[in-house]
Amino acid sequence: MSEVAAAAPPMRNAVPPTPAQLAALENTWSDPPGLVGWLMAVNHKAIGRRFIVTAFGFFAAGGILALLMRIQLARPDSKLIGPDLYNQLFTMHGTTMMFLFAVPVMQAMAVYLVPLMIGARSIAFPRLNAFAYWIYLFGGVMLYVAFVLNVGPDAGWFSYPPLAGPDYSPGKRVDFWAQLITFTELSGLLEAVIVVTTVFKLRAPGMTLDRIPLFVWAMLVTAFMVMFAMPAVMLASSALIMDRLVGTHFFNPAEGGDALLWQHLFWFFGHPEVYFIFIPALGFVSAIIPTFARRPMFGHDAIVLSLITTGFLSFGLWVHHMFATNLPELGKSFFTAMSFMIAIPTALQIFCWIATIAAGRLVMRTPFLFVLGFFFILMIGGLTGVMLGSVPLDLQVHDTYFVVAHLHYVLIGGAVFPLFAALYYWFPKVTGKMLSERLGRWHFGLFFIGVNLTFFPMHILGLHGMPRRIYTYGAETGWEALSLVSAAGQVINDLGTLLFAINLVRTVFFKSERASADPWGAGTLEWSVASPPPKCNFFALPVVASREPLWSPPAEVTHVQGLSAQIREGLTTTVIDALPDTRYAYPAPEIWPFVAALSVTIWLVWSVWSVPGFAWGLIPPALAFLLWYWPNKKEAIEELKWEGEP
Amino acid sequence: MGGRAVTRREATPASVPAVRKGDALDVSGLPSYGFAHRSLMWWGNAGMMTIEGVAFGFMIVIYFYLRDIARVWPDSGRVPDLLFGTINLGVILASAWPNYLAQKAAQDRSLLRVRLWLYVCSLFGIALCAVRWFEFTALNVRWDDGAYGSVVWVLLGLHSFNLVTDVLDTFVLTAVTYSKPVEGKRYVDIAENCGYWYFVVLTWLPIYAVIYFGARI
Repeated sequence: MSEVAAAAPPMRNAVPPTPAQLAALENTWSDPPGLVGWLMAVNHKAIGRRFIVTAFGFFAAGGILALLMRIQLARPDSKLIGPDLYNQLFTMHGTTMMFLFAVPVMQAMAVYLVPLMIGARSIAFPRLNAFAYWIYLFGGVMLYVAFVLNVGPDAGWFSYPPLAGPDYSPGKRVDFWAQLITFTELSGLLEAVIVVTTVFKLRAPGMTLDRIPLFVWAMLVTAFMVMFAMPAVMLASSALIMDRLVGTHFFNPAEGGDALLWQHLFWFFGHPEVYFIFIPALGFVSAIIPTFARRPMFGHDAIVLSLITTGFLSFGLWVHHMFATNLPELGKSFFTAMSFMIAIPTALQIFCWIATIAAGRLVMRTPFLFVLGFFFILMIGGLTGVMLGSVPLDLQVHDTYFVVAHLHYVLIGGAVFPLFAALYYWFPKVTGKMLSERLGRWHFGLFFIGVNLTFFPMHILGLHGMPRRIYTYGAETGWEALSLVSAAGQVINDLGTLLFAINLVRTVFFKSERASADPWGAGTLEWSVASPPPKCNFFALPVVASREPLWSPPAEVTHVQGLSAQIREGLTTTVIDALPDTRYAYPAPEIWPFVAALSVTIWLVWSVWSVPGFAWGLIPPALAFLLWYWPNKKEAIEELKWEGEP
Repeated sequence: MGGRAVTRREATPASVPAVRKGDALDVSGLPSYGFAHRSLMWWGNAGMMTIEGVAFGFMIVIYFYLRDIARVWPDSGRVPDLLFGTINLGVILASAWPNYLAQKAAQDRSLLRVRLWLYVCSLFGIALCAVRWFEFTALNVRWDDGAYGSVVWVLLGLHSFNLVTDVLDTFVLTAVTYSKPVEGKRYVDIAENCGYWYFVVLTWLPIYAVIYFGARI
């Protein structure tokens, strides 16, 4: 213990912190420099930024695939793309958008925002958070490398057997699809555990359950849903790859298996999945509307209950994807009823938003425009959803472009519009600079027109009988004009997205004007710190006394003092009342999460090629996890100085 | 998952409260770790157990789904031998006792007792892994014989994965008690590892019942 005694006296933060404490905190919470330091980073904002940028990289890639398909279908009998490549294109597009963009990007936004919104210095399990990011990145890269090498999956984004089974899809294509699911679901499940722990244990003192911001509520509900739904698809994809590689018979009717079992497992996950995307988006909308209506949200509690209700109901909808199968008709009626019922909590939220807007003083800025776009487009998607919820209509338009139109209205309206709103809204917080309002409005206009032009004609094409997933059609079908309109729409909305990219690059690299801490005059905690936030988020943790701390008179006790400035120390609070519970030393940066993710990647890819690889390949990850956990002596001695027994 | 309501008394032990100093809340007197639901590790563990519990639940659902559509079950015609699975049931239930003592020793921060009971837990773990090996040989079916074989192997395989990882964790934690200095939070890790072991024990009950009696009843 002599080393401990010889060290400088421990420095704890005061309120307000002294300049020496500010410098020490910034130093303590900085990730190491250099390339290795970059790979070691565990700061939730760094990981969150990478996560968001990566997800948008995949969004762009998926968008390019979509554009290729629209160009192919713009005229009849097109020879531009053959059926084999086309199969890969629509499979890659769906897989990318659902598994590599929509679900991860919402979790990525949570990784960045949740700690800031609840007044925490970091996220729970920061190393695991870094690991989840790397696993996601490597999984996505694996899929695209396979695609470039002509081993891209080609059995559709939901890979139904028997088509996806060993008899009808020989080769490695579907194996890569199944393995991608393992990567992304592993990442998604870990993020769910991280978010739940963060929200339950790391809130600022005084942030009782009923003062949690609505976006954080949305992410909490989503995280719980992920934990109950994702295991289904992870098991299913593992069973599929085992059927393909080691001769199990889960989905093989000839040997006692069942192809329909796949559909049950996939959609038991797949329907809640739509809500993993939609519920966070509702959270964005609920965060943005009060700021631009300049008043607290009307019906806060009703919105929270609606989110939770939506979460529960979403587990009772999966069979509406299977109305064309031979399930009992009475059973289908139940799922029709559930599909209608889930509109109720969403409608309730919409009424709360309308009331908030009606009672507020509106400020029309780009984020709010995207919220308005969300209302319009989601409404159309919701209406066709109610139509598809009824069995006879669903049977008529099953696997036609009507379904394609519906799902894009729901997902783009319900998730992408709110996501763009969120990006414009929180961009100044992340980068310290405001995006151009003018380019933002152009982006909104082009995107709004483009999306409607692309997808509205598909309703009509579907009603005319155009099946989805066909690589071409004959001139005699009469689908040409509307398909051309649809392709033109896609070009327009891609132009909108391009403007967005230009806006980003221009702002980040060529704009010097700095944004203030709270440029929109919002009320939640993330706006109380500088833009971009300091490395430790809050030099002194806030004490919260209301739902919009920045709009309320300061509480008698405003901040927390007495946390270390020399180790990464934060505060845990109790689950319901958010009373101070323990001081908590966050782990420091390490290379092992990266190494572990890399070795897990090698293991998973190896196991696609060789069964023994499945066993031997486990050794490097096991070693990496061991080294990850093994105590660092210097760190342990340092932390011991700050230890207090319970 | 949902934790029970935390009372104020429990939340901030009276001996080391957070105290008000001017307009600040001073937390320097708070403990730097806490056991059970006060620790983040408990919540992380609870999350992982939820996920794995859901996965086990799904495997059992798949088992009965396939059994329901099968004309003959087991389709191989041979049920698994009861011997090794039942030995495993006895040993795993018995292992809960040293596990409880290890957890209690960790909560008391008694290094010697922690080591002692972790050694005993490790021995139980080795025994269980050995018996599990024989269990696979006594299933009387291969995974590629038919849907029955597939589901039984994967169900047993999933539980074995949890078994082996927790036994490895126990080895590592035993070794960590020799890496000085042992911080207070390591005791939390040990206590939580013991918590996870209860999950491995408890999940074996329904899985044992399904594997051995799902084919008989």
